[in-house]
Amino acid sequence: MFSLSPLELEAIQLSLKVSLWAVAISLPFGIAVAWVLARCEFPGKSLFDALIHVPLVVPPVVIGYLLLVLLGRKGAIGGWLYDSFGITVAFSWQGAAVAAAVMAFPLMVRAIRLSIEAIDTRLEQAARTLGAGPIDVFFSITLPLTGSGIVVGVILAFARALGEFGATITFVSAIPGETTTLPVALYGLAQVPGQEGSAIRLVILSIVIAFAAMFVSEVIARRVRRRISGT
Amino acid sequence: MTISVNIRKTLGALTIDAWFECGGGVTALFGKSGAGKTSIVQILAGLMTPDNGRIAIDGTPVYDSATGLNVAPERRHVGYVFQDARLFPHMNVRRNLDYGARRNRDRAGSATGPGFDDVVDVLAIAPLLDRQPHLLSGGEKQRVALGRALLSAPRLLLMDEPLAALDAERKWEVLPFIDRIQRDFGTPIVYVSHSIEEILQIADTMVLIANGGVSAAGPVEEVLNRPDLLRAAGDGNAGSVIPVQVTGLDLAYGIATLSFAGGEFRVTAPDLAVGERLRIRVRARDVSLATERPQHVSVLNVFEGTVAGVSSAYGPQVDVSVDVGGTMIWSQITRKSLDDLSLQPGAKVFAMVKAVAIDRPAGPP
Repeated sequence: MFSLSPLELEAIQLSLKVSLWAVAISLPFGIAVAWVLARCEFPGKSLFDALIHVPLVVPPVVIGYLLLVLLGRKGAIGGWLYDSFGITVAFSWQGAAVAAAVMAFPLMVRAIRLSIEAIDTRLEQAARTLGAGPIDVFFSITLPLTGSGIVVGVILAFARALGEFGATITFVSAIPGETTTLPVALYGLAQVPGQEGSAIRLVILSIVIAFAAMFVSEVIARRVRRRISGT
Repeated sequence: MTISVNIRKTLGALTIDAWFECGGGVTALFGKSGAGKTSIVQILAGLMTPDNGRIAIDGTPVYDSATGLNVAPERRHVGYVFQDARLFPHMNVRRNLDYGARRNRDRAGSATGPGFDDVVDVLAIAPLLDRQPHLLSGGEKQRVALGRALLSAPRLLLMDEPLAALDAERKWEVLPFIDRIQRDFGTPIVYVSHSIEEILQIADTMVLIANGGVSAAGPVEEVLNRPDLLRAAGDGNAGSVIPVQVTGLDLAYGIATLSFAGGEFRVTAPDLAVGERLRIRVRARDVSLATERPQHVSVLNVFEGTVAGVSSAYGPQVDVSVDVGGTMIWSQITRKSLDDLSLQPGAKVFAMVKAVAIDRPAGPP
């Protein structure tokens, strides 16, 4: 029968943990950035927009290296974090989550932004005349109507985080039991002769997880859409 | 209750420079599309900021460029019914209705608004409460939007052509409700429209808007009896509005007799009742003039009167007002006829009325 080896189980658990955390920590920022890009006009907006999209266009290794420089124990931010709070993210599963979050961020922002742009701002005007302030309007009208975009953004980001490899291995390396997510573990196996069987098993596992995630997200997306439009 | 408005705003080619005051009841803003009516109500609601001026509701300023005051829309307590109902698609009817009500429940220093059940009852929307907005017809949506605005306990209700998106039949389905809102809840209404029929049904005061400015303001009958002004505001059906009472019915011919201060109209009106009071509208272009009593004509309504005035005319047509026993009947004739008949103020004329439109006062739905 099909049973999982401890290594495979560990890789799955790590991958899910890292991806879920990556999505969870980036979602509030993703919504905020998407709203700013959809609704605000300010000098330097296109530069800001480009900056958000950097992880999409530069090689992941570059992002991983940048993270190492910034967040490493001797890095600009990482050094301060370590000195002030004793926190270090480099070479830990938290670091893998940060790398995955950064890589997935543009996809999440893009989906949510499109959804916010599709909202009829006249509904928000109507809400204002009914006595709702701008923050109230955001939470009672804008956010619920962005629901399907948020679901899509979360799915895309989760899928991207599951597959994240380049930035991860550069930033947090391949530490067994700590940062060996599915792709990292698979890469490790592929380096060793005679491990083709184990490698294939990981490949199949990756595909199964991806399909399961897509299926679950489709169900959720459909439910959200139905709640909004009532169809 | 008074609303005083004195605002200026430049919007591309249009410059809005509006100054008017209105009291309780229904005030109609009437004018061509593009005259600036919608911009004026958006400014009243706080959804658009004027360049300068002052707006006060019941003595309380909500905008004053002199002091830099600009109250946010959510704190103006001005309800707004949009042309497109703008119901929130992710909420059912009940939650839409509750949206404004919840946010204004404990407002200090203002009259308490109408209750939920009363509004649902008056607007007859009880069967719709659990439905989603996209399942409603246009008329139903607009009634829910009315209720939603009303339940936010507004000091003033703005309606921007709330019936424009509805077909003729649905219009008459919603109009009586607007009339009832005014009668049952007493909320002052500013009603934007380019339909004289709607205004006659529900408005007390009328403000004529042309090219961003106010060209006339006053009681509906008074403003409507100035065809020169109405024409400037873009109404080709300008004429006289005359209050009448049904005093007789000739069932054999299907003709009703309508009495007014200067005489009697005879009109084909099968479903009128004796004693009923109505407003009738006589379009200036349906009235011809003669200097002698016409003989052997098919026109039923011929009135003797004197020329009271002639509008200054630059085109081929002029508006002549004829005083018929104290009631003004306007006639649109060509400038050539005016000269051929040598009509001067004071001259005796006979006005032949070819058609009469009857505007029934809105009854309870």
